[in-house]
Amino acid sequence: MRPGLNKLQTGWHALQRDRRSVVITWLALGLILACLPFLTELSLGRSWVRILDFTLLYIMLALGLNIVVGYAGLLDLGYIAFYAVGAYLYALLASPQFGLHWPVWAILPLGALVAGVFGVLLGAPTLKLRGDYLAIVTLGFGEIVRIFLNNLNTPYNITNGPQGISQIDPIQIGGIDLHQTQHLLTLTIPSTHLYYYLFLIFTLLIIFVSIRLQDSRIGRAWIAIREDEVAASAMGINTRNIKLLAFAMGASFGGISGGLFAGFQGFISPESFTLFESIIVLCMIVLGGMGNIAGVILGAILLTIFPEALRYLGEWQQLLLGRVWVDPNDLRLLIFGLALVLSMIFHPAGLLPSTRRARELHARRSILAQEQDSLYEQQR
Amino acid sequence: MKTAPTHLNGITVAVLLTAGLTTGCQQKVDDSVVRIGSVAPLTGMQAHYGKDNDNGARLAVEELNARGVVIGGKKVTIEVLSEDDQADPRTATIVAQKLVDKQIKGVIGHMNSGASIPASKIYHDARIPQISPSATAISYTAQGFDTAFRVMTNDREQGKVVGEYAVKKLGAKAVAIIDDRTAYGQGLADEVEKTVLLAGGKIASRQFTTDHATDFTAILTAIKATHPDLVFYGGMDPQGAPLVKQMRNLGIQAQYLGSDGIKTLEFLSLAGKDGDGTIASMPGLPLDKMPGGKTFSDKFTAHYGPIQVYAPYAYDAMNVMVAAMVRAGSTDPAKYLAELHTIHYSGVTGDIAFDHNGDIKAAAITLYQAKNGKWEFLETITSNGEAK
Amino acid sequence: MDIFSQQLINGLVLGSIYALIALGYTMVYGILGLINFAHGEITMFGAMVSLAILHALLLHTGLPTAMIFALALLGAIGFCMALGFSIERVAYRPLRNAPRLAPLITAIGMSIVLQNTAMLIWGKKFLSFPDIIPIQRYQIAGANITNLQVAIIVLAIVLMLGLWTLIQRSRLGRAMRATAQSPELAALMGINPNRIISATFMLGAALAAIAGIMVNAYYGPAHYTMGFMLGLKAFTAAVLGGIGNIAGAMLGGLVLGLIESFGAGYISQLSGGFMGSNYQSVFAFTVLIIILVFRPSGLLGERVGERV
Repeated sequence: MRPGLNKLQTGWHALQRDRRSVVITWLALGLILACLPFLTELSLGRSWVRILDFTLLYIMLALGLNIVVGYAGLLDLGYIAFYAVGAYLYALLASPQFGLHWPVWAILPLGALVAGVFGVLLGAPTLKLRGDYLAIVTLGFGEIVRIFLNNLNTPYNITNGPQGISQIDPIQIGGIDLHQTQHLLTLTIPSTHLYYYLFLIFTLLIIFVSIRLQDSRIGRAWIAIREDEVAASAMGINTRNIKLLAFAMGASFGGISGGLFAGFQGFISPESFTLFESIIVLCMIVLGGMGNIAGVILGAILLTIFPEALRYLGEWQQLLLGRVWVDPNDLRLLIFGLALVLSMIFHPAGLLPSTRRARELHARRSILAQEQDSLYEQQR
Repeated sequence: MKTAPTHLNGITVAVLLTAGLTTGCQQKVDDSVVRIGSVAPLTGMQAHYGKDNDNGARLAVEELNARGVVIGGKKVTIEVLSEDDQADPRTATIVAQKLVDKQIKGVIGHMNSGASIPASKIYHDARIPQISPSATAISYTAQGFDTAFRVMTNDREQGKVVGEYAVKKLGAKAVAIIDDRTAYGQGLADEVEKTVLLAGGKIASRQFTTDHATDFTAILTAIKATHPDLVFYGGMDPQGAPLVKQMRNLGIQAQYLGSDGIKTLEFLSLAGKDGDGTIASMPGLPLDKMPGGKTFSDKFTAHYGPIQVYAPYAYDAMNVMVAAMVRAGSTDPAKYLAELHTIHYSGVTGDIAFDHNGDIKAAAITLYQAKNGKWEFLETITSNGEAK
Repeated sequence: MDIFSQQLINGLVLGSIYALIALGYTMVYGILGLINFAHGEITMFGAMVSLAILHALLLHTGLPTAMIFALALLGAIGFCMALGFSIERVAYRPLRNAPRLAPLITAIGMSIVLQNTAMLIWGKKFLSFPDIIPIQRYQIAGANITNLQVAIIVLAIVLMLGLWTLIQRSRLGRAMRATAQSPELAALMGINPNRIISATFMLGAALAAIAGIMVNAYYGPAHYTMGFMLGLKAFTAAVLGGIGNIAGAMLGGLVLGLIESFGAGYISQLSGGFMGSNYQSVFAFTVLIIILVFRPSGLLGERVGERV
């Protein structure tokens, strides 16, 4: 796996040197992304287009969490709360719950904003906390948000409690109802495909923002804080504001993704925003390679698609062994867990580590090796 | 330019691979095979209930196939496609779409309301009838989807019967209510609370727990201070059973009342002696009093072990669906859907006919009491209040 | 007043169990700086293994009940120690020098693997503890207490005192403290850090196994998913007390248990009827956040100097 990846990376770098092939590669990539839902439906069926849609939502979530954990180094175990805030905001403003039917272009920016405010609310009291103390406080924050959503049906019915909110308006853009099959010339575009294109646009937008942030002053300030907070503040970085900005930015990505989720599903309930979801998103970025956008995307893709692919375990058993030995549903999560463990053991810095991280890891290993050598010398 | 072709080759290979992966799952469906989906959580906290639902549907199909089903003059075989929705709303929509892709003609499921509601939209768009054996949230059939049915009474009907029973039959004046903050527990407990107040009872205390909880001593102590005559629990047996044990340990002697979530064999074995005297409601008529009920429970027990709780409903749901196909003489959902709306079917849980929402019409609810490790029949009440 | 003393007892029992599990988190953290997310699953295995032994022996042998119980306890402790040892070997040792979050993810992976392995072995049903302990109920200061509750509190105190002595007085304890401060220097002193780390995992696992049996015997049925919530609560307790600090884990466990039971009991009065026991966890987490805002390293945690 490792040499393969390296080869791919060197291939990629060689490619980037060649202008023409760069253009060709991007065109090919664009073409593939554009045709992907149709190819997927033809080969695997429409349920996989739905899985693609969810993959894009998770990519957005993972990129948001990457800002907090990957760039700024703040371990956040309650990230799904922002996804929930975005989703509930959409559901409350566009459903029969309050009889409101706001348009999507008004709700999504508002969702990003409100989620960002929640991000600051979480960040403000926790500025002094580090590492695992921060982890438990953010975890608590995520649970607090979920519990409020689950219980705010009394004394005033705001969220409809555990029953969730149903009949949420589908997303409409310029008079096009994304929930209806659309016809373009001779092409029939089903709803799942329409949502795919919408989510793809948002994902690309978020990737773009992530790249720009990474190379900006703010991005460098985040990395400085991650590496050494004291030194960073000595260099004149306002660590408080910069940290809060990380929480707010990360949260707003989650808010947008949540709003899209609510419109896509048409129904939301607090069950979708459990701690386990926060943990899975964290797994995505660590598994893929924290701080590296390509890695985070890869992690999100793998962890969304892999559990779904494992549903075919029964059919594979049938094919290879002649009969179904173990109920595939009983094996699915077991294999998922094993894959997490093995992947981290063989790629501790993630599948596609950020170049900076890879360098650090390498450096740290060699320092350790030196220390050990010198210890042995002393012992002698 | 040298490296580009290899890279593009890689992409081509990937595309081909994806295409190749699929050969297994896109076989042409044989006309004589009718595929019906069965969806329930098969992993996680509720897996033991989910497996029970799935087995109920499977037993029905096994019998139907053994007997031979003729639809529109043609002999058909029914095939069940089981899927695990993990009781998760998002996963529910994926498996729903997956079943639609596999050209199912109908679906028995999902088990939970939280999964049934988002999935119902996908079945509705694909015009595929869905009969849930056990979703009880009112909003499931209130979305205006003509494809969503259920064979179990909704929370409102059951809550009404249970609440009135507590006040009028059991003579409880002060009632304490606990729910597990799930769609099922909260929905039912809220209806019970309403009815108790309407019937002239008083709510002594309203407490809450979660469907992951193991410690109930704190809320029970708060309840003890209000001296209730009766404690109602809205939730399932993993919490309902230890709850009654802890209640007795704290010295609360009030009558314990629950719903179908605790009317299980599991409850009896988990609660042990402390479970004795517990009263629980269950939608439908008692199984052993129904024609075919005894045969069903014997057969089921021999095949899959003891019935947990909802298997008979899944069994009925599957039978109703196939009966509608037979009557319509077609497995085409567009044709047999109309039959489902007008059908009268006599199942093992009672007479099944659907109202315009897709809810079951003649809602009967039976009360049982735990005595010496067994559930004993008390009485059956129809939702308009008369005892049978 | 009886309500108050009853909630106090409820909280103490719950807190003792949290404390036993929290010790495992905090000892491992103290030495490796690692959150062993799979620790809750060890608790679950403790309950499951003891149940399996109990059922097997009750059914097939005529041994006296007390002896069967002792065998089940020892069996579960032994099994869990082996499990703790193997988890460290398989999932954590290869990642000793990896980035900080990598072992967190393997821990989550291990937790999923262990849960599903337990599901394959013991099935999806909830398993109740056999009726072998005759329950006696007493009244103290207007509160009800059972012999089982007393046993849990007493056993937890004995275990914690034992652990404290072990760490302060024994060779192993000294070696553990030395390794926690500096593995390199400890190695120079002739201590094998790997052996000490294994011993720490096994010690934590033994306590978790006992806690698992307590939960099963007192609160309710065992299930393959039971470890997750317990582990999470215990982890919270460890952080509350100051993670890495042994006394902190004991105190944190007790405090969390008390917060939870008083929270559920009195939150309604405190919030003027707006919130009920449905906000129990909100109350607990809010208290936690407030404590951490004022004491960022937990109740007994040392203020770690910032390294420049």
